[in-house]
Amino acid sequence: MGLSLDDLPAVGEPFRLLAPDGSVVGPTAVLAEVLGRGPELLAGMIAARVANRRLFSLQRQGRTGTFAPIEGEEASVVGAVAAFEPATDWIVPYYRELLGLGRYGSEVLYRYALYQRGHPGGGYLPEGVRVLFPQISLAAQLPHAVGLAWGRRLRKAPGVVLAFCGDGASSEGDFAESLNLAGVRRAPVVFWLKNNGWAISTPLAAQTAAPSFAARGPAYGMPGVRVDGNDALAVAAVAAAARAHAAAGRGPVLVEAVTYRMGPHTTADDPLRYVPAQERAHWAAADPIERLRVLLVAAGRWDDTQQGEAEAAADRAVDEAWTRAEATPVSPDAFFDHVYAEPTLRQRRQREELRRHLTARAAQ
Amino acid sequence: MTVLTMVEAIRNCLHDEMARDGRVVVLGQDVGANGGVFRATDGLQAAFGPERVVDMPLAEAVIVGSCVGLAIEGAVPVAEVQFLGFAWQAMHQLCGQVARLRYRSDGRFGAPITIRAPFGGGVRTPELHSEALESQFANVPGLHVVAPASAADAKGLLATAIRSPDPVLFLEPLRGYRLIRDEVPDGEHLVPFGVARVVRPGRDVTVVAWSAQVEVCRRAAQRAYDEHGIDAEVIDLRTIVPFDAATVAASVARTGRVVVVQEAPLTAGFASEVVATVVEECFYDLETPPVRVSGWDVPYPVGLLEDGYVPDDDRVLAGILRATEVTA
Repeated sequence: MGLSLDDLPAVGEPFRLLAPDGSVVGPTAVLAEVLGRGPELLAGMIAARVANRRLFSLQRQGRTGTFAPIEGEEASVVGAVAAFEPATDWIVPYYRELLGLGRYGSEVLYRYALYQRGHPGGGYLPEGVRVLFPQISLAAQLPHAVGLAWGRRLRKAPGVVLAFCGDGASSEGDFAESLNLAGVRRAPVVFWLKNNGWAISTPLAAQTAAPSFAARGPAYGMPGVRVDGNDALAVAAVAAAARAHAAAGRGPVLVEAVTYRMGPHTTADDPLRYVPAQERAHWAAADPIERLRVLLVAAGRWDDTQQGEAEAAADRAVDEAWTRAEATPVSPDAFFDHVYAEPTLRQRRQREELRRHLTARAAQ
Repeated sequence: MTVLTMVEAIRNCLHDEMARDGRVVVLGQDVGANGGVFRATDGLQAAFGPERVVDMPLAEAVIVGSCVGLAIEGAVPVAEVQFLGFAWQAMHQLCGQVARLRYRSDGRFGAPITIRAPFGGGVRTPELHSEALESQFANVPGLHVVAPASAADAKGLLATAIRSPDPVLFLEPLRGYRLIRDEVPDGEHLVPFGVARVVRPGRDVTVVAWSAQVEVCRRAAQRAYDEHGIDAEVIDLRTIVPFDAATVAASVARTGRVVVVQEAPLTAGFASEVVATVVEECFYDLETPPVRVSGWDVPYPVGLLEDGYVPDDDRVLAGILRATEVTA
């Protein structure tokens, strides 16, 4: 391996392989190791962005609920997940990654479609799909991630947990408690903090006085490194090094992927109220997809045909997931299912009461 | 049968369940070498090693929250929150995550998680060590809330909790750890959830309680009989959720009178749920208005004042007399 976590910065300029214009600025030996993954990463990012734009339309058509767009953060998700193994490794998302998890199979997008439609099946990721359901409560997924890693080790199963959070989540108590426990237990978790500049309307300066989030890693007994989250190849290289560190039994890692939320927090948010226009323009010029595409085209590894195929495949995937989700039935009293393994007597009576009520309402 | 204190019964049960099922792990503050501040986990780490009996950092949210991941990966976590008042620091994980895991995953993941915590007051603790918060958790669907009053039930209910496919908040009467002593069945002993126990049969009035207040009610019932000739039936709910309304209703249908006793503040306490249920189920059997005897609507008091807060047998007796319309 050409990349060591020890060589990566915890503060200051994040590690990168490509400049925003697609020119190579990082170590060529590291680039050579990950360049072969380039087309796969680009296709994954295109899939996320196409799906993201489709979801805006679906939301306006009333076919999906409000959602948290991934646009701008595709590399920091797709590139990270690329280093992890679906057969052994868990992905623990919050709510902004779900369109970038294609590596873990088409079931993820279908379940996300159910989730977005408000269908209870949206939380059910089938056996063998090691993706935890979306988490709404900030940083609440991080204790779960530590438990997953700890639980796998208890039964001597291999695997590493990739746990996402954002810059806002870093202010939560669960963030501190989880990193501390992971450090103490040397749990194989890669904490992947996407620093996208904003927590709804709260800018970084109101979130932390520290020079970086990665700088907190050593305080919890783990490496903390910064990577350019809009450089998919750098992200993939750092993620691979972080995973290798955790998988080797050397404990957790904190990675800060410096990226940018190119749109609203959710479809219910209006960032024009608080984001300076020049900031958005600056980050538009650092687009993660264009950066990798320029390099791959120049290297003869990507062409217009592949671009068209990737976009069409992404469109089809959204169509399939939403068509399937819209055809998935749900009973109006389904919220009584799965509260307990067996319903309580009170629940059974309440469910009967609801059914009588629904029957009477249908008859009106 | 062996006579054990409540803490001995809990410790024996933890040992037996860990020996029976290699998936059971015990985690919490000071549960290892120290054996827990009440010695409930004494000897477990020596017997089962530091990988299964784990001293945790002092962080309630991750003690409770890591159980979610552990359970998904097939472990059976038994976590200890050192005092129930500290559970507020894990409220979002306990109520927002653990309780909802099965529901949130549409049945994909169960949550065979037991959270043990000392419950109630009476021993002059510092602040936040003596809370009775059962009603706060009873209002969170997905959790079972269990509150044993005897050593035998502590063993039998804890074994059921650990084997339950659903999360259980297991409340241990703090002042009863060593005061409560009774005959405990040897070997396997399981007490089902949702089956109340008639501690003292009686004809004139039904007294409902749980946890350490059961013994207070038993004493008050004895005094009611000795001093006033009133024959009170004392029912130990054993489990708050599920709530055995049938046993309570059947008793009140016979006695026509009910007193419900809790340590928690009056307003919106679980006693109110019991009374509301009695009124719904037995309205025409009631001879007198239901009576609640409870803590006052104040934060749990500091040590010098707590004797005036925790219901004692005088107050329960007064409640019995009120329900039976006897002027003391």
